[in-house]
Amino acid sequence: MPNETERLLTPARAGREAVIWEMERNPNILFIGEDVVHMGGVFNTATGLATQFPGRVIDTPISETGFFGIAAGAAMDGMRPIVELAFADFMAVCLNPIVNYAAKTHYMSNGQFKVPMVIMIGAGGGYNNGAEQSQCLYSVLAHFPGIKVAVPSNSYDAKGLVHAAIRDDNPVAIMYHKATMGVPWLGTPLPTIINHVPETDYVVPLGSAKVVREGSDVTIVGLAWTVHQALLAADTLLERGISAEVVDLRSLVPLDKTTLVHSVRKTGRLVVTDEDYLSYGMTGEVVASIVEADVSMFKAPPRRVAYPDVPPPASRSLEGMCMPDASKIVKAVLEIL
Amino acid sequence: MTIREGVMSPNNQMRLWMYERMFRHRQFEEQLIAAYFEGKRPAFDMKAGPLPGEMHFSFGQEPVAVGVCANLDTEDVITTAHRPHHVAIARDVNLKRLAAEVFQRKDGLSKGRGGHMHLYDSSVGFSCSSIVGESMGPTAGIALSRKLRNKPGVAVTIIGEGATNQGAWHEVMNMASLWKLPFVCVVEDNYYGVTVSKKESTSISRNSDRASAYGCFGEYVEGNDADLIYVAAQRAIARARDGLGPTILEVQTARLKGHYAGDQNAYVPQDIKDKYFQDPIPTYRDRLLKKGASNENSLRAVERKISDEVDEAIRFGRESDYPDAVEALQGVFA
Repeated sequence: MPNETERLLTPARAGREAVIWEMERNPNILFIGEDVVHMGGVFNTATGLATQFPGRVIDTPISETGFFGIAAGAAMDGMRPIVELAFADFMAVCLNPIVNYAAKTHYMSNGQFKVPMVIMIGAGGGYNNGAEQSQCLYSVLAHFPGIKVAVPSNSYDAKGLVHAAIRDDNPVAIMYHKATMGVPWLGTPLPTIINHVPETDYVVPLGSAKVVREGSDVTIVGLAWTVHQALLAADTLLERGISAEVVDLRSLVPLDKTTLVHSVRKTGRLVVTDEDYLSYGMTGEVVASIVEADVSMFKAPPRRVAYPDVPPPASRSLEGMCMPDASKIVKAVLEIL
Repeated sequence: MTIREGVMSPNNQMRLWMYERMFRHRQFEEQLIAAYFEGKRPAFDMKAGPLPGEMHFSFGQEPVAVGVCANLDTEDVITTAHRPHHVAIARDVNLKRLAAEVFQRKDGLSKGRGGHMHLYDSSVGFSCSSIVGESMGPTAGIALSRKLRNKPGVAVTIIGEGATNQGAWHEVMNMASLWKLPFVCVVEDNYYGVTVSKKESTSISRNSDRASAYGCFGEYVEGNDADLIYVAAQRAIARARDGLGPTILEVQTARLKGHYAGDQNAYVPQDIKDKYFQDPIPTYRDRLLKKGASNENSLRAVERKISDEVDEAIRFGRESDYPDAVEALQGVFA
């Protein structure tokens, strides 16, 4: 039972607290994107903001390439725009202004121009919405030098990472999983998603992973939705006498290799789980980073539990086959014990 | 109303201002041509010699840059694309640091990180980058920033006619018009996007006519004439400053040296060359003399001085050291 002093907010609400706090103090912060005024954002990232900050919350036409470029220019000129990309899948529409322009300008100009912009992105599936609406693509932006990528899995981290992102002078993508946000039409979030959110402002530093559950027999590394699946798996494993340590990556760029290596040094076993495609992504990066550090600490080969390399299918039986979940994680752990 | 009184031809002082910058650019690129092919012959090796990489010369397009920049104040911003030298020089970017950046040396504008297609000089509100059409969004974003914060300044971008077929162009023209941003899109119609002519790529003959699709202003200027461009640019920039929204200012010009260095324009039919590919500088020089803006002796003295300045800048660029290798790994993040 939550105790009386806990402020249990959904991640959407917690993230909004950070946005509001920052917007109240810095008139140069804008919030722009599709459906942010009337709807408050598809995933409630901007509910009520247009009323509180008239003129600074701007609905755009359906022109991602255009308005991401506009946001980058406004950032170069001294504003701090928060720009919403409702669905991660749409980043394929507007990659250029993000990864070629915004991410490279500080480097190419030798620091003459900074691009302090925050990109809010809704990622993930599991609600039978089909291939072009369900992708995670966490590692796509992470692959390009010049953009930081943070992925909050719970309310506390949502607020702290948004504060950190807005205060950072670089392009920062906050990729939140849609099913964790607490929007009513996606059902009630899992209990591990909702946690205490302090009223004051605070920062969760970009580039810091967190051990969310200590254990000794295996390290399970997750991101967003898969953190919660890993925690469920850890419960099941404990019933079998296996102690699993769960690490929430929280950021892809920077990547907290120290925490990862420390954990695997302790447990000797690694399962990495990601709802994004298996190949050329987060799971490969995590495994490679840890193996490079010290391969001798492994008692067994690492395992990856990720979305197979198929476009996300719509039908529930098909999607169920693809989504990483607690039982698939348990199976992977048992294979290496 | 803050529109400037009347719309006048440039006076002789302004004509000289423009001519000096056209001439400076032409001298600059003459020297770059020589340096570019050094070390790359007999078999062309793009990474060899003092000036490696691609090179895109703006010979013949000088009138556009000077006609536009003559109307800009210090708080204005101008951006462009992969063929930037004439714009940089018209905007009075430091010539030595420009040269050093083109030669990719450590004394360059970005210490050699950007190169000729990615030039940045925040002190004069100038930048360029190389994905076609990419400048549209950020330049309109600067305009949005000035409008929202009630700060002065218009943001102008100079792109090629080929860029108007990019999706980003249409999206940004719509938003800039919708929000009446202090933004001007200058389209250099040099008739060719690499080897593809405008007739082969664009469904209508003038991009300025596309303004009706966005509810903004559109104007076409023929003749590659700095004075005519000056007057049209003055109108467009005044409209932007006064909150009337953007203008698509399309300007006929001449891409005399092909798309990239080495391109002989072999695919351009002779009748097109005769009609469109004329050098505007000698004509403009004659006009200066006819209008009494200068006389032959004074003009030669000015030209000598500029040539010396360009020699010095090119020498500075060539003799500057390369940046330290370790710097490659620095400066990704602020």
